[in-house]
Amino acid sequence: MRRGEHLAGWLLTLPAAIAFVALLLLPTLAAVTLAFTDYELGAWPPAWIGFDNFREMWTDRGFGQSFRNTVLYVAIVAPASVLGGLGLALLIESAARGRMFFRAVFFLPVVSLTVAMASAWQYLLHPTIGPVNALLGGLGLGGPAWLSSSDTVLLSLAFIGVWEAVGFNMVLFMAGLTAIPKELREAAAVDGARTAWDRFRLVTWPLLGPTTLFVVTISLIRSVRVFDTVAVLTRGGPNRASETLLYTMYTEGFTFLRLGYSAAITLVFLVIVLGLMLLQTRVLDRRVHYG
Amino acid sequence: MVDAGSARGREGVSAGGALRLVVLSALGLLVLAPYLWMVSASLKPTDEIFRATLALWPETFAAGENYGRVFARVPVAQYLWNGIVVCGGILFFQLLFAVPAGYALAKLRFAGREWVFGLVMLGLLVPPHVPALPIYVGLSAVGGLNTFAALIIPSTISVFAIFMFRQFFRAMPDDIIHAARIDGMSELGIVWRIILPNAWPAATAFAIFSVVAHWNDLFWPLIAVTGHERATPALGVLYFRTEEAGDDFGALMAACAIMTAPLVLAFLVAQRRFVEGIATTGLKG
Repeated sequence: MRRGEHLAGWLLTLPAAIAFVALLLLPTLAAVTLAFTDYELGAWPPAWIGFDNFREMWTDRGFGQSFRNTVLYVAIVAPASVLGGLGLALLIESAARGRMFFRAVFFLPVVSLTVAMASAWQYLLHPTIGPVNALLGGLGLGGPAWLSSSDTVLLSLAFIGVWEAVGFNMVLFMAGLTAIPKELREAAAVDGARTAWDRFRLVTWPLLGPTTLFVVTISLIRSVRVFDTVAVLTRGGPNRASETLLYTMYTEGFTFLRLGYSAAITLVFLVIVLGLMLLQTRVLDRRVHYG
Repeated sequence: MVDAGSARGREGVSAGGALRLVVLSALGLLVLAPYLWMVSASLKPTDEIFRATLALWPETFAAGENYGRVFARVPVAQYLWNGIVVCGGILFFQLLFAVPAGYALAKLRFAGREWVFGLVMLGLLVPPHVPALPIYVGLSAVGGLNTFAALIIPSTISVFAIFMFRQFFRAMPDDIIHAARIDGMSELGIVWRIILPNAWPAATAFAIFSVVAHWNDLFWPLIAVTGHERATPALGVLYFRTEEAGDDFGALMAACAIMTAPLVLAFLVAQRRFVEGIATTGLKG
């Protein structure tokens, strides 16, 4: 090992290392520690209360509701945006005409300001002046109060979530599809895979395995993080019907200033995210291996 | 429909090809609907919006009034400027930290390198919402909230960027570096004169990803900032909604259109780079 190289290695890594420790490592450890205290902003010093925050969470009906809402939201948004993204990618890649145009159209929500587009959706879904209900009324159907009824609010937010995520997944699938050699599908056709469905089932789908696993994981993690649309459109309401994990963490921590409890919710959130990543590695190790 | 073989007609569009275009167009309209109605409502007078007609084209134009009300009530230029400063500041520091570190991890042998890389991989697992709380406490303790620093500093370290640049530099041939060393160039000289100029493709992809993420972010600005002075575009829309707009959907849609426009326009100009930038950096999510 040359001395200059050794020194340069450390010099070049040092700024990043300092920032990493100060802005990521220590704060994360602090968040984990805070989760076991009763820390409230302004009340120093906090007391160590062990698992009390987690016990409170377990009995807190508000948190239970928030947890269930998040699970339901993820259960809708992740599968719908993965399947939708796959469908769009296959459809767009199946011919050359309009490929660039449609890719741009479906990708547009990814680069758009979520807060603003959520507001646009709120106008579209407005119970009295919204075009969606005007259209339904024109067809003789009465539309629900989408974002202001506790029956439909989560569904409406999930719809906006799918709208936002589907183009992102589409692009990832398109990248995966272009990596599959065309000759393989042609060879399958020669070998008797007559219909497009057969060729998809026998060639495209298995070879798309690693991409799919990646897209599924990323969709799960991104939808667990739902925050913007909730904070802007519903603030968890009506009646906590759209309260989600990160929004509860935000209100507990930054509205009620119960930072200990908020940190405990953050820890639950972190464990869920880590669990999803672990699941991905497990599946990756076991299933998706091709030469 | 699923692959090219069945969809290719001899002349013009086959039945399958036509179906593909019809389906894609219908779905495309659904995706574009909020944009179309947003712009449409931003051009209509309030009474026309409240009549809930399905016509996209306004009967009377009130663009001047709607956009005028936005500019009169909230500091739009300030929001946009704040957005530029924050995104630019974050990107600058992210690259400043990540490019040298990525290079060192890829090409230099030094004691503790594997250890540092292990930490980077560990850092990839932690979403930015987790350290947010203690960072907020720290900033509030030193009176640092409501500043550009509060908006920029927490995002300056991107382990993902370090990881990405490491992968990028690893693919670079060693010969160039060896040749430079033989020519007597110092290690830092190599970074400045050889590595940086070659890092552009990765830096562009990362820049697009970073700017999109932070321009659109609401979570951290909502925590770190109160008041208009340091509000980012996302916060600006939120403030305008809660403080000014009420039922004034015309002006609200105008505000939304203004704040969405910069990134959407940039995307339309550099479509391919955007899609590649997000697809290659999609890992972070």
